[in-house]
Amino acid sequence: MSDLARQLSDGLAPVSPSFVSRRLLVGLGAGALVSIAFVLAVLGVRPDLVPAMGTGMFWAKLAYPFALALIAGLAAERLGRPAASARGRLVWLAVPFLAVAALGAVQFLAAAPHLRQTLVMGESARVCPFLVLASSLAPFAGLVWAMRGLAPTRLGETGAVIGLAAGGAGAFAYAWHCTESGGAFLALWYTAGILAAAALGALLGPYLLRWK
Amino acid sequence: MLASLAGDAAAYRTLLETLERELGSFFRRRLAGDAAEAPDLVQETLIAIHTRRGTYDTSQPFAGWAYAIARHKLVDHFRRRGRAASVPLDEGVALFAADDIRGADARHDLENALARLPPATQSLIRDIKLRELSHAEAARLRGMSETAAKVAAHRGMKKLATLLRPQKGSRP
Repeated sequence: MSDLARQLSDGLAPVSPSFVSRRLLVGLGAGALVSIAFVLAVLGVRPDLVPAMGTGMFWAKLAYPFALALIAGLAAERLGRPAASARGRLVWLAVPFLAVAALGAVQFLAAAPHLRQTLVMGESARVCPFLVLASSLAPFAGLVWAMRGLAPTRLGETGAVIGLAAGGAGAFAYAWHCTESGGAFLALWYTAGILAAAALGALLGPYLLRWK
Repeated sequence: MLASLAGDAAAYRTLLETLERELGSFFRRRLAGDAAEAPDLVQETLIAIHTRRGTYDTSQPFAGWAYAIARHKLVDHFRRRGRAASVPLDEGVALFAADDIRGADARHDLENALARLPPATQSLIRDIKLRELSHAEAARLRGMSETAAKVAAHRGMKKLATLLRPQKGSRP
């Protein structure tokens, strides 16, 4: 009856049930690799890497953005489908956010008052959010590519969520350079950089994620 | 659609042809003044359904997915024409809902949902809602009171409605 139906069904290839998650993983993974390469080549790995690996804060600085990227990535797996809601997955973001906020608050309150300034500002508070944001551009580009091949219908929300995932991946890469070890620093400045990436995604989503 | 995702071209072609007809009336009804645009939108939607078929979540009703893509195309069309403001949202939602329960795939979704009800409830709902027997007739067939039949059918329909509603976070 119809030419189009015949054309489209000719030589039909099977589609994997994990099509959506694979595509997002490719976009995020490729972007994260570029971002790690950027951090290592341009900023350089922290000089005290080996001793730092013995500290809990080193791992916290990796685990926090990783958890955010993972949860936002799972939410994106839903938002890549038309008219799907990701609220059930997004609520999990509260766990890493609250855990790191609590860590920062506890450290801050336990510290002697004259040390608190250093604990919060470290040595790189002024550049940290910007470098996290810069590191998240490549993962963001990868996720935009992935999303454009899917079918999101809430473009602002989807943009924010992939921005958040990209911010997490960017901060994960940046943590290999950063020498800070304050919980409050992590809670404030990493979060600021990651949220900036999410805000950028929310703004750009309606333009970048339109599909035909 | 499940067969199509596995690569069954014949099943897929039948599905696309059915969708083509249904989408035609979906768009004609909503475009009102410029129904001449409907064939283009049908074509665009079919192509999008084809290239993005990997985004169909097999645990959800197929019709809901396909019409969400059609609606996206429609909104996109209005946006291009700069008349998004002339389509009241409520009306769009109501018209969309009416379409959801039409067509072969919707029937398939309905059958799937029915199959998940207890057998007694299933046959009761078939008699009342699909064969259009009265509650009294259906009750007499089963030797139950009319009230009991009404209550059982009502509960069954409620359960059915839950099963057919897109489920949030139903995939791990």
